Amino acid sequence: MQFKTASSPHIPQQNSVQGLMFKVLLAMVPGTIAMIVFFGWGVLINIILASVVALSAEALMLWIRKRPIKPYITDGSAILTACLLVLALPQLAPWWLTVIGTLFAIIVAKHLYGGLGFNPFNPAMVGYIVVIISFPKEMTQWVPPLLEGYTQLTFTETLSIIFGGDLPLAYTWDAITMATPLDTVKTQLGLELSINEIENHKEYGGIFGSVGGFGWEWVNGLFLATGCYLAVKGIIDWRIPAGLIAALLVLSNTFALYDYASFTPPTFHLFSGGIMLAAFFIATDPVTAATTTKGRWLYGAGIGVFIFIIRTWGAYPDGIAFAVILMNMAAPLLDYYTMPRAFGHSWTEFPHHHKTDDDDE
Amino acid sequence: MSDTNYNEISKNGLWNNNVALVQLLGLCPLLAVTGTVINGLGLGMATLLTLVLSNAVVSLIRHWVRPEVRVPVFVLIIASVVTAIELSMNAWLYELYTVLGIFIPLIVTNCGILARAEAFASKNSLLPSMLDGLMMGLGFTFVLVTLGAIREILGYGTLFSNAHLMFGDMARNWTWVFVEDYSGFLLAILPPGAFIGMGLIIALKNVIDTHNKKKQTISAAQAVSASEATA
Repeated sequence: MQFKTASSPHIPQQNSVQGLMFKVLLAMVPGTIAMIVFFGWGVLINIILASVVALSAEALMLWIRKRPIKPYITDGSAILTACLLVLALPQLAPWWLTVIGTLFAIIVAKHLYGGLGFNPFNPAMVGYIVVIISFPKEMTQWVPPLLEGYTQLTFTETLSIIFGGDLPLAYTWDAITMATPLDTVKTQLGLELSINEIENHKEYGGIFGSVGGFGWEWVNGLFLATGCYLAVKGIIDWRIPAGLIAALLVLSNTFALYDYASFTPPTFHLFSGGIMLAAFFIATDPVTAATTTKGRWLYGAGIGVFIFIIRTWGAYPDGIAFAVILMNMAAPLLDYYTMPRAFGHSWTEFPHHHKTDDDDE
Repeated sequence: MSDTNYNEISKNGLWNNNVALVQLLGLCPLLAVTGTVINGLGLGMATLLTLVLSNAVVSLIRHWVRPEVRVPVFVLIIASVVTAIELSMNAWLYELYTVLGIFIPLIVTNCGILARAEAFASKNSLLPSMLDGLMMGLGFTFVLVTLGAIREILGYGTLFSNAHLMFGDMARNWTWVFVEDYSGFLLAILPPGAFIGMGLIIALKNVIDTHNKKKQTISAAQAVSASEATA
């Protein structure tokens, strides 16, 4: 019998990009399944469509840029971008909208900046911003959750709506789509209703579920659970989601305590929309996030602050994409000012460091 | 100034030293008004005219202006020219004038024009200066029209819409409609579309230049080896 011998250095194999991407993708499965269960087949159809488009665009760009195609195309990053984008899109988004968003994400936001590792902005969020700015009407085609009293579309009906653009007879857009809880709150607050009246409304109160919107709370809960697992395993940095959630919690709590009738409670903020997906899977993108310890706290917190500001006072019901892109822009600055002191060197040796009181010890 | 190379001036203005693509000057009106081809063409023509006239005047007075006060003098000349153009557009192209609005008077602040006065017209005689203004203006107009075309096709699905603003009633049916019932790609019309389109045009120019340079070095190398062979 021969024993396997290993020569030094005895360091276990580091995480490869491929390994990391697939672990992250795997962790997104439970939350995605919950989305399919609560919001229908549109999610799955769009994921498949976006993945095919993303892989084709990736291969095309690698070929044009004369880069090795196989190692990059199998690293999973294109599929991850496609999935993140689709999870942010409405379930009945027409096929061309998904295609435009995905193409923009892969070609412009990723490859024109130099490909994986060189893109300053999160590609999925850039794709999302392009479509929400360009096609506001189509971006409202959210389906109601799996609840009694709301139409549930079958697989073939969903397919024909997404690819054909026409509705099956007997349906109107109003019957098969409805505003998300975040959108409903925004509209109704504008009509001078209080949060309490909105959540217990006869017509649409049901979609609010128990904390963050029926269905949404499950989706967010599952993303929270698998995200925590990734953070514990060290695959993603825990400081970014912690900073994001903490900032959102503090802000929403303060405002809800100040006026509970016109500011939604913190639980609603945390479990509605795409918060947990954003906190654990979008903001933690190692390419576009800040890299220092302190910088990551600030980066996460900044996203949380912007999400709260845009949700509460902005024109869009959810502001995750804008918040992430704004903080992507700030990431190099955060890194610059939070660079840790190298051991054995004093602060004054750093050219950018301005003398402060601390230096006079 | 007998050794002035008119070819060189034209090439510089149109391509090698293009105001928008290489000098990256005057980007504010360029990005702001290029929603359609006609808007781009209108502003491009106004800028072209300003460049030719201001270059001509600056070139004529270049021996009398002291270097200490040259910039205010140039600005005054450009401002007078622009005011004259603005008033004429108000008189003869009123509709286009209302569409382009503030960007006509803002031609004064287009640093491309001051740059030409300073870098070329104040050092050269009348004819080369006017040619420089014309070619720089044509190069600028070319970029405005290209960007306008890209944004109009993507944003509205048409080309040459509202041509009557510039060419009168006979141009009312010049509009090409590419897609009927086009729902519109809003991003192309909004400012980000202008920046992205501009970036792509600059990238395209660089690709063409790199390609040409490569071809030149290859043919030069071939010429060298051929001459060596004959030697």
